[in-house]
Amino acid sequence: MAEGAGEEKKKFSIWDLPDVPMGQLLPHLELQRSRVSCNKDAPIHTESIQYSGAYASMGINNSSRLDRFSNNFRVEVVRLNEDDMEFDMIGIDAAIANSFRRILIAELPTMAIEKVFIANNTSIIQDEVLAHRLGLVPIHVDPRLFYYLSENDQPNEKNTIVFKLHVQCKRGSPRITVKSDALKWLPNGSELVKETRNAASDSSSKPETYTYFSCSQETIPEFVKNLIIPKYPDIIIAKLGPGREIELEAHAVKGIGKTHAKWSPVATAWYRMLPEVVLLEDIEDDLAEELKSKCPVNVFDIEDLGKGEEQL
Amino acid sequence: MEHGSFTDNSAATFSLTDEDHTIANAVRFTLNQDPRVTFCGYSIPHPSEARVNIRVQTTGDPAREVLKDACQNLMLMCRHVRCTFDKAVEHFKASNAVKALKIDSQDSSGDDSEESE
Repeated sequence: MAEGAGEEKKKFSIWDLPDVPMGQLLPHLELQRSRVSCNKDAPIHTESIQYSGAYASMGINNSSRLDRFSNNFRVEVVRLNEDDMEFDMIGIDAAIANSFRRILIAELPTMAIEKVFIANNTSIIQDEVLAHRLGLVPIHVDPRLFYYLSENDQPNEKNTIVFKLHVQCKRGSPRITVKSDALKWLPNGSELVKETRNAASDSSSKPETYTYFSCSQETIPEFVKNLIIPKYPDIIIAKLGPGREIELEAHAVKGIGKTHAKWSPVATAWYRMLPEVVLLEDIEDDLAEELKSKCPVNVFDIEDLGKGEEQL
Repeated sequence: MEHGSFTDNSAATFSLTDEDHTIANAVRFTLNQDPRVTFCGYSIPHPSEARVNIRVQTTGDPAREVLKDACQNLMLMCRHVRCTFDKAVEHFKASNAVKALKIDSQDSSGDDSEESE
């Protein structure tokens, strides 16, 4: 703005106008920034305006500061059972929520059967199919009590759980179903003896097995009273006809879902945006009853206006 | 691994191995919140290879410092989420225990005026 010599032009700033809201977005822009609208054909405004300089020309600081996040963030648990849980997170962005979901599915460790030593399998289920099915059986144990087993480590009581399965169907008896409660926990480690080259080894020394437990897992305080068993005892593993037998030993180790889905602790995890229903006009009486009964999940509630009219 | 120029360290591409969308999207979100950043984005060069390229361009500060700050912010955010979540779960369990007690006492006294929906 040019200033004439000796003349003082009044500098006019647009921010001095009375109706420009300072430091706050206009209501329709605020709606655009914070809500995903569902149009007839597709939802709009789905991308969140994350860029810190997004509304800079209006004087708004869109950069999120940690204290603002900490103040506004809330968690509300809707449902909490032993096997599933639903909770609302208010004030968080979809990017972080999605990261949590991905971590839940792929990067939380659990214990699952990895190596299966099959001594005898005359059933119609092939060895590898049987081993695959055993790997998918969920085990009821806290994985935080165990360490990871790497290639250089020896399997010991801190990183391996040993199960044994020995089922036989006698000739003449009907077919039996092998369920997951047939897996017995061996707290003292493997019982299968390794074949050693040394035929002249002294028989007084303990034979070498496939694990090197220095102490029994029963002595660990968490396992004193609780046996380690599969979570569900009625998972069908195999079926045996008469005269068939399965004898095997299974070693369970710690792993994450990224390596193999058997180590994923969740059946699934998902998130969605919380829906917000805004009624554009007041609905009363019979129409209100009709609308309430139409919704299968009881979203609507009717409140009495006091005059005998009912309003949604 | 950082790909950048020695003369201008306000713009760089960071190549992270063994990573995927999980961390890349979260870091990109926190980077965007930083007012010093003019541009940030991530890409996965090939889905079979676990590698992520994160591009950061700033208004003058060295890109690696800004990335480090963004990671720190992300850590603090997650810590806060964890605290809030733990508290919410405890609160829920406590209020459920109270509700269970209330229902028990009402069953015994035969009064169900509390049953409101």
